[in-house]
Amino acid sequence: MKVVLEHLTKRFPSRSKKGDDVIAVNDFDFEIPDGKLIGLLGPSGCGKSTTLNLISGLEAPTSGRILFGDDDVTRLPPENRGVGLVFQNYALYPHLTVLENIMFPLQNLKGADRPTKPQMIERAKTAAKLVQIDGLLDRKPSEMSGGQQQRVAIARALVKMPRVLLLDEPLSNLDARLRLQTREEIRRIQQETGITTIFVTHDQDEAMSISDMIVVMKSGILQQIGAPQEVYDDPVNLFVATFLGVPPINVFDGSVKNGRLYLGDQAVLSVKGVSDQKVAVGIRPEGFVLDAQGPMEVQLNRVEVMGRDTSVVSTHPASRNVQIRSIIPARNKVDKEAAAVRFSLMPDKVFLFRADTEERIPVDAQ
Amino acid sequence: MKKRSMKGWLYLLPAMLFLGAFMVYPLIDVLIYSFEEGYNSASQTYFGVGLYNYSRVLHDHYFLQAVQNTFLLVIITVPLSTLIALGISLGLNAIKPLRNLFQTVYFLPYVTNTLAVGLVFMILFKKTAYTDGLINLMIQWFGGQSVDFIDGPYWAKMFVLCFYTIWVVMPFKILILTSALASVNPEYYSAAKMDGTKSFRIFYKITLPMISPMIFYLVITGFIGAFKAYSDAIALFGTDLNAAGMNTIVGYVYDMLYGSSGGYPSYASAAALILFAIVLTITCINLMISKKSVHY
Repeated sequence: MKVVLEHLTKRFPSRSKKGDDVIAVNDFDFEIPDGKLIGLLGPSGCGKSTTLNLISGLEAPTSGRILFGDDDVTRLPPENRGVGLVFQNYALYPHLTVLENIMFPLQNLKGADRPTKPQMIERAKTAAKLVQIDGLLDRKPSEMSGGQQQRVAIARALVKMPRVLLLDEPLSNLDARLRLQTREEIRRIQQETGITTIFVTHDQDEAMSISDMIVVMKSGILQQIGAPQEVYDDPVNLFVATFLGVPPINVFDGSVKNGRLYLGDQAVLSVKGVSDQKVAVGIRPEGFVLDAQGPMEVQLNRVEVMGRDTSVVSTHPASRNVQIRSIIPARNKVDKEAAAVRFSLMPDKVFLFRADTEERIPVDAQ
Repeated sequence: MKKRSMKGWLYLLPAMLFLGAFMVYPLIDVLIYSFEEGYNSASQTYFGVGLYNYSRVLHDHYFLQAVQNTFLLVIITVPLSTLIALGISLGLNAIKPLRNLFQTVYFLPYVTNTLAVGLVFMILFKKTAYTDGLINLMIQWFGGQSVDFIDGPYWAKMFVLCFYTIWVVMPFKILILTSALASVNPEYYSAAKMDGTKSFRIFYKITLPMISPMIFYLVITGFIGAFKAYSDAIALFGTDLNAAGMNTIVGYVYDMLYGSSGGYPSYASAAALILFAIVLTITCINLMISKKSVHY
């Protein structure tokens, strides 16, 4: 089921009388294609959970519409939308067993929709099997690990066969190892069921690794939508560029003069078609190439060997960050004792942004 | 090692002395008194040892009356006050404006002196030469017969006593239950809302199990408190409770010790131990029931 948001806005009234309303979600207008896994990504407080609550029906939008396929569900209560929601803390009822928890949504159904008790148990068991907890049906939530509880929560959300599955920070309560495992699991479940799945996260790594599409948000405003690699390779502004990528992008104050990009007084790259101006420059860590004749000279701090590749930590007068981190293949040896290192830059890893609005400045292909 | 444990006992000594002098010793003494027949507190002598004190108390008309009163009071007030307090707490939890005001109002009886409350109840219920009392005025206004609630028929006096007890114990229960309700994670309610759970089912399947430990606590302490009722009856019916027919078990114990018919520590001890046996039994039954219905 594709999900369409049309000019969706949610304002919360200010706590104090004088303060302005908080706009948690500001004019969202995009379409989530059917059967995909979508990551809503942004820092804390950017409105991603509110967006999820609007889609689930727990919150009503101030204005705008939500469509599932061609159905307008904006005014429908949650239970009539056909959505399943997995809460950040799972919200499993602690006094009920796993089976009772999974059956709970079915027991609320009325009339012709209501399955018989054996059917309910059957459907609950099918859902439990899908998330691989069918051996633990008699346990109480407190007798299970965090990862198992999460699976129960997903099974409970899936048992009504929702059109859309929503997950709120699904991995935030798991330890690092379980996180890797569970995100694969979410991917698998999504692909097996084919249900359009939207999940919220502040962890870009998580979003990039399993999403078909990511939606980057900041302070209630949509920044960019696209396949993870596209967004990474082609960020629309400085925020998106800095938010995506580990280690983060290196940001410099630079200027363009006569089609050349200057960092301090070093002309590091030719940028055709850009008028003379001050710019913010983002260079991905993997965009540096060790080159004795390279145009960019940095003061070397240290070299970190990570096996597969080498991380060069250095400083540069024009850098906005305290340190610059560049990743180079391990076979390129760096003299650890040297005071300075020279790099040349990969043009497709260097992004220019306007100094005032931080919007991306297009550079002609070379 | 030995030195260290000596030190530990030394630290425990003050508490143990106080507990021993004011709790353990009296408890043992009560037990001994209850078996000493014909004990005279002035000469500190007794005739023999046996169960006579128990038999005497159990055949005492006033004691049986007191047991009946106490049981009625317990059976009526504990469930009623808990249910009403639960209703009020749910209401308080549901409203936003004026919540603090209502919470304060409901809590006021808790900080009011029992005797002062008793005085107010006298004004409400007591018949005097000048007035029939506020409640009777209202009954007459609706065309009913006025009833003497303080010196009248047994059921009327019992009604006042129960009413009074419920009113006095309610604030504490409301306080406990509102905080229990407030501590239920709102995510559970969101989860229930996602599935379109009916509000009765939310209450029965989610809220009630979540606050069941607190309800259980209130029921247990409510039972024990009601079994130990005494001052409430005094506040309403005066000190001669036997004459009013409204004595309670604790009242009987007190009367046996200090009342106008008093001076019998042996009978008092026997009555007190009977009360202890009753409370113990009821609490054990409560604990057994709770195993099934309380979710921690």
